[in-house]
Amino acid sequence: MNNLIEIRGLTKAYDAKHIAVNNISLTLPRGKIIGLLGPNGSGKTTLIKMLNGLLTPTQGSIRIGGQPIGVETKAHVAYLPDRTYLSGNKRVNEILDFFCDFYEDFSRGQAIGMLQSLGIDPASRMNTLSKGTKEKVQLILVMSRDADLYILDEPIAGVDPAARDYILRTILNNYNPSATVLISTHLIGDIEQVLDEVIFMRYGCLLLYTSVDNVREQHGKSVDAYFREVFAC
Amino acid sequence: MAWNLDNDRPIYAQLVERLQVQIISGAYLPGGKLPSVRELAAVAAVNPNTMQKAFAELEKSGLIITQGTNGRIVTEDEGLIRDSKRELAKRHAEVYFAGMEGLGFGRSQAVSFLQETAGKGEAGDE
Repeated sequence: MNNLIEIRGLTKAYDAKHIAVNNISLTLPRGKIIGLLGPNGSGKTTLIKMLNGLLTPTQGSIRIGGQPIGVETKAHVAYLPDRTYLSGNKRVNEILDFFCDFYEDFSRGQAIGMLQSLGIDPASRMNTLSKGTKEKVQLILVMSRDADLYILDEPIAGVDPAARDYILRTILNNYNPSATVLISTHLIGDIEQVLDEVIFMRYGCLLLYTSVDNVREQHGKSVDAYFREVFAC
Repeated sequence: MAWNLDNDRPIYAQLVERLQVQIISGAYLPGGKLPSVRELAAVAAVNPNTMQKAFAELEKSGLIITQGTNGRIVTEDEGLIRDSKRELAKRHAEVYFAGMEGLGFGRSQAVSFLQETAGKGEAGDE
């Protein structure tokens, strides 16, 4: 089975006036790195939260690996939320324990290796780390799982360019032909080279789903430049 | 070290060119083994599927050959490598002409300008 995510007629309305996601149908394959792009308020995070079962759709359905969203899909989806949920009082080590308990597919060794290469001491408490370092720790936790789907909501916004390169390399090195990585970001230019495909969202609707090289071939410009044109204010 | 790529052209096409240049220049020798898609994608900091597409394109042109599970090697057909070199050289020439056209030079003017510049260069070398 080559399709990983099947979204049918998906809608999320917070109330009659606020439709965050509006009738989206989309099938996403395995083995791809996909950018989820759109201006602020276009519904990216709402879509992501529904994929993770944190919000219930108003209408429509989602299946991941053939399963409806639930305990089974959560065991195979590694999610980096747009803000932290890790307790500041905990040490990095303790959080590793927590992830080992929680996720069967978590590799402590891999996480330790990545922490080391970024010079992060596993004995340090979360609230003594800088904002960017906390973000790195979170990303390491997520990428150290052997999941089918990685959903990264703004993974590189808060980190310096050198760490950004490391993170992109981490994503590439963990590339697995049976898994898909969905990345929501505004820093398109920085990640364009590592993406297979892009999804453009506007006002909760699906505007475009195509490959990066298709955009470049058809429009003679980068996805970053094309985005600026489509969403010009 | 990530490869520097242009913003306005498909990524796979640029990867094809980069690899062609590396083969033509002898960075990868005729009959020599190429790194795996994964390794090269990591070095270039590009998507492995895009690198795979570039490899497929080079395979189609015969410049690289897949040997089952042994990976890929550069062709030993040096004629093919020479053709590829001419093709790339032609593309460079077209870029030059296009640039000169933007400055208002016709083709023959562009050619004489090039000769003039080359002549001066040689004189300077002596």
